Amino acid sequence: MRVVILGCGRVGSLLAGMFDRAGHEVVIIDKNADAFWRLDPTYGGEKITGMGMDEEILRRAGLDRAEAFIAVTNGDNTNVMAGQIAQRRFGVPRVIVRLYDPIRAQTYRKFNLETICTSLIGAGVIHDLLMKKPQKKIEEYLEMGEGVKEVFPGLEDKTAPPPKAGPERQ
Amino acid sequence: MYVIIVGGGKVGYYLTRTLVAEGHEVTLLEKDARRFTALREELGEAITRGDGCEVRTMQEKGMSRADCVVAVTGDDEDNLVVCQMAKHKFGVARTIARVNNPRNEEIFALLGVDHTLSGTRIIYSLIQQEVEVGEMVLLSALKAGKIELISAELMADSPVAGKPLKDIRMPGGTVIAALIREEEVLLPSGDLRLREGDTVIALAHPEEEPALRAALLGAAHKGAIINATKEADKR
Repeated sequence: MRVVILGCGRVGSLLAGMFDRAGHEVVIIDKNADAFWRLDPTYGGEKITGMGMDEEILRRAGLDRAEAFIAVTNGDNTNVMAGQIAQRRFGVPRVIVRLYDPIRAQTYRKFNLETICTSLIGAGVIHDLLMKKPQKKIEEYLEMGEGVKEVFPGLEDKTAPPPKAGPERQ
Repeated sequence: MYVIIVGGGKVGYYLTRTLVAEGHEVTLLEKDARRFTALREELGEAITRGDGCEVRTMQEKGMSRADCVVAVTGDDEDNLVVCQMAKHKFGVARTIARVNNPRNEEIFALLGVDHTLSGTRIIYSLIQQEVEVGEMVLLSALKAGKIELISAELMADSPVAGKPLKDIRMPGGTVIAALIREEEVLLPSGDLRLREGDTVIALAHPEEEPALRAALLGAAHKGAIINATKEADKR
């Protein structure tokens, strides 16, 4: 499958290598060409330098025929915006967005974005290790984000997320 | 009115000053410590240091009672998230975002931001208006492109030149919103007579563009509408 990855940091470069070795068609985007040094020397996929929430760059990366889009830059807002463009503009069937902020992760899940909050996972895993508790499933760690409501009372969602309407695909 | 402004750049700063002078309650959020300190002395209580994308900050500043949230940072992704969080988490009725890349205007509308403004596009459409005499220029696409604000300068061969507005049959759902005659803005009234050199500002659905063109400029003018938004992107 065609996988487009935004952000060639530690996570992005690892993912690019994994999918490339498995024989998938990979495109990695980073705003800084120097970031590509992290890629495995055997990486045979495409590299594109540019801003990932720029529709034109995403088009050049062939997002209109990608099966998956993964946003793993170090900016939550960049990931959220690029993820929504991929979904709503290009109709990418599978969009996964990595976020640090649990609240944003929880909010955008309701926008039908698959968000992975690594802060929640990291904190949860470390907590359970220290407390000698069995490791949970990823979904269970992500659901700890629901706990933010106790920290911020009165934080129920006020409006429904915009309706999901991606472009038609052949 | 209570307005929360995110981003203490030049736009945010002058907007805060203007609104405070008019007696509105304003909170300007600026995350950069140095910029905050620089503005604090003048703006006093109206400015708060904080990240407008953080729910904690939003909550502390009473975002749920804000009548309007304006995101004018230099980063489009931040402006988008501020508006989406304001709407979805705090139920803010009106969200306005500055769009630095004019291409993002349409995307912001698609993603639920109520109003967008792009300095690049506004300036570009003004330039276009000067250059393209006798042509139609798309000034703004409203409601995610469902309605367009179009300007057309009337030439001598215009079929409507010399006619009063009440005698002009506008096609379909198109409406003349205003008239610009030598620096002056004239509001439409039945007896107002159109003249060569007038700039007509009209509202139309995109599919009505050709009919509007024929009505205002005449059948001889067949060129495509000048889309200031798209033209700006080519640069």
